[in-house]
Amino acid sequence: MAEDITISQPPSRWQGATDKFFRGLCYTFAWLSIFLVVLIVFRIAMQAGPAVRQYGLGFLTTKTWDPNQEQFGVLPEIWGTVYTSLLALLIGSAFGVAAAVFMSEGYLGGFIFGILKFFHVQFHPFWGKLPNQAEYTLKNLIELLAAIPSVVYGLWGLFVVIPLIRPACNWLHAKMGWFALFSTDLSGPGVLPAVVVLSIMILPTITAISRHSLSTVPPKLRMAAYGLGATQWETILAVILPTAARGIFAGIILAFGRALGETMALAMLVGNANVLSISLFSPANTLAALLANTFPEAHPKEISVLMYAALILLGITLAVNVIGAAILERTSAGLEGGK
Amino acid sequence: MATQEAAGSSLQTPLPNDVDLNPLSGVDFSELEKSLRRPRTLINVLLSGLVTCMTLLALIPLFSVVWLLLWRGGSKLSLALFTQLPPAPLERGGGFGNAILGTIIIVVLAALLSVPLGVLTAVFMAQASEKNRLATVVRFAAKVLTGFPSILAGVFAYGAVVLTTGGYSAVAGAVAVAILMLPTIMLTAEDALRMVPPKMKEAAIGMGATHTQTVLMVLLPTAFPGILTGIMLAVARAAGETAPLLFTALFSNYWLTSGGHFNLMQPTASLAVLIYNFAGMPFKNQVEMAWAAALVMVLMVLVTNLIGQSLSRQQIQQEE
Repeated sequence: MAEDITISQPPSRWQGATDKFFRGLCYTFAWLSIFLVVLIVFRIAMQAGPAVRQYGLGFLTTKTWDPNQEQFGVLPEIWGTVYTSLLALLIGSAFGVAAAVFMSEGYLGGFIFGILKFFHVQFHPFWGKLPNQAEYTLKNLIELLAAIPSVVYGLWGLFVVIPLIRPACNWLHAKMGWFALFSTDLSGPGVLPAVVVLSIMILPTITAISRHSLSTVPPKLRMAAYGLGATQWETILAVILPTAARGIFAGIILAFGRALGETMALAMLVGNANVLSISLFSPANTLAALLANTFPEAHPKEISVLMYAALILLGITLAVNVIGAAILERTSAGLEGGK
Repeated sequence: MATQEAAGSSLQTPLPNDVDLNPLSGVDFSELEKSLRRPRTLINVLLSGLVTCMTLLALIPLFSVVWLLLWRGGSKLSLALFTQLPPAPLERGGGFGNAILGTIIIVVLAALLSVPLGVLTAVFMAQASEKNRLATVVRFAAKVLTGFPSILAGVFAYGAVVLTTGGYSAVAGAVAVAILMLPTIMLTAEDALRMVPPKMKEAAIGMGATHTQTVLMVLLPTAFPGILTGIMLAVARAAGETAPLLFTALFSNYWLTSGGHFNLMQPTASLAVLIYNFAGMPFKNQVEMAWAAALVMVLMVLVTNLIGQSLSRQQIQQEE
């Protein structure tokens, strides 16, 4: 009989037990990771508790930070965080989306193909691969921007960006000091160097997500636009970008979240001054930089106040990230449904 | 546009005998000329040029950073850097051997914490059905954690570890860094596990393997390169993190062996914090050392990144 010669057997009791154990373990770990997120929020909120009770909402709207008098307010930090992030977002998304269009339109590959064609080697087994390889390298180079640690960007900003832009900034202040954005001079660290470095740091996020979203635009749409006689850029501006707009928007929101929480480059470049100013050259402070600079030498009484500041930062970034992730989720779901 | 209209109208009107049958007659071909004098073409060329310039401009910082690292960091590089302790102000020479060791210890500890949690959670997510609520929530939590500010991981570890154990330590730093590594590991591992062909899983189950045997002997080995890529990427990110270490691992000018025995529960040096501390110092030796440390750190990060990427490429080739 077949049953006599079969080598298969039901799981032994030991195998059954380990199976149950392993399933349970995976299940527990899944819960554990949710629990971890809740714990992080809860822990920070708990430790912020005393400060929240003591200072209330006035903490958000006052400007002094004086540990000796025990007077604390983070209005300049909130302003600095949002101001630097928005400016960086402006520059970062302009360049990020431009780079994404450059890559998705295959300009570099087309350019190299043109050169090869000039030498009649465009289908050569070796040279013919070059356009694709160049596109791949460009993509990796942009991704490399994200791989450089933020403290290295801070170092670079300190020794390269600041000396580079300082003469121009001081010239602008001298000539156009009446203009609110140029109303102070750049004495070293300040808003502008921080914004420049921050925009470079968020660019890869915007480019990667935008490029992905541009590449999911159905080629039919492009062909239809060309068929109607539109030029390449009329197609890009009127058809491709609007179709990919949602994904690009999600990328920009996620980059905004990253800019809000970015710490080291800002702690090194923004000047850490408790100043509320609209000037691009004035030193300022951000919530993350405040935490980085004050925490290591904080007075025990200050800890709770800093936890309150951390809680505010957590609230802002969490809200921005959840919105970004939700939009991204919906875009991909929408495009998949359309196929 | 002009071509189509002209062609359309000439076809619809009844044709007298003496008329030219060419449908393109009456088309002003100069209108269609691809010339820079035409605004449409001009705008096209200008925008193409603009996008090209902006992309090149975006890459300048990358080359500038790399050039400065090689130039300012490379000139300082020597064997002593890897074996000696950080110099005091105004002291010459010195190195950052303890910081390199500290970074490695913190990252390894963080990986020990985050890899089991991340991979097993990924196994759960990959095995769960599409409609499983818990899996959806975990995935969303992981995506939200990806954008979690690194400094807040430090704040959490300060509250949860430093305050409870009563001191700055490598362990506290590792907890903070592990939180940042977790989402990367989780999401890439889930992807890798989902890429395993369902046939293999079905074959294992068909042969009577239990759920656990299927996961441990079929799914995990097949998805291993992909999972390892995720771990490598997470490690690369972790090695460069500064903010979560500032007030968890703090910094130390000495080796981890205090009083003759190895102790993880004490302030620990790391390359990232060394760069941050030394960059702001007015001493030339320290600033040069910061650049050299930055070079070493970027090399560590890039090598880990490249290993991770080459692993994922191998996997893709295998599947093809």
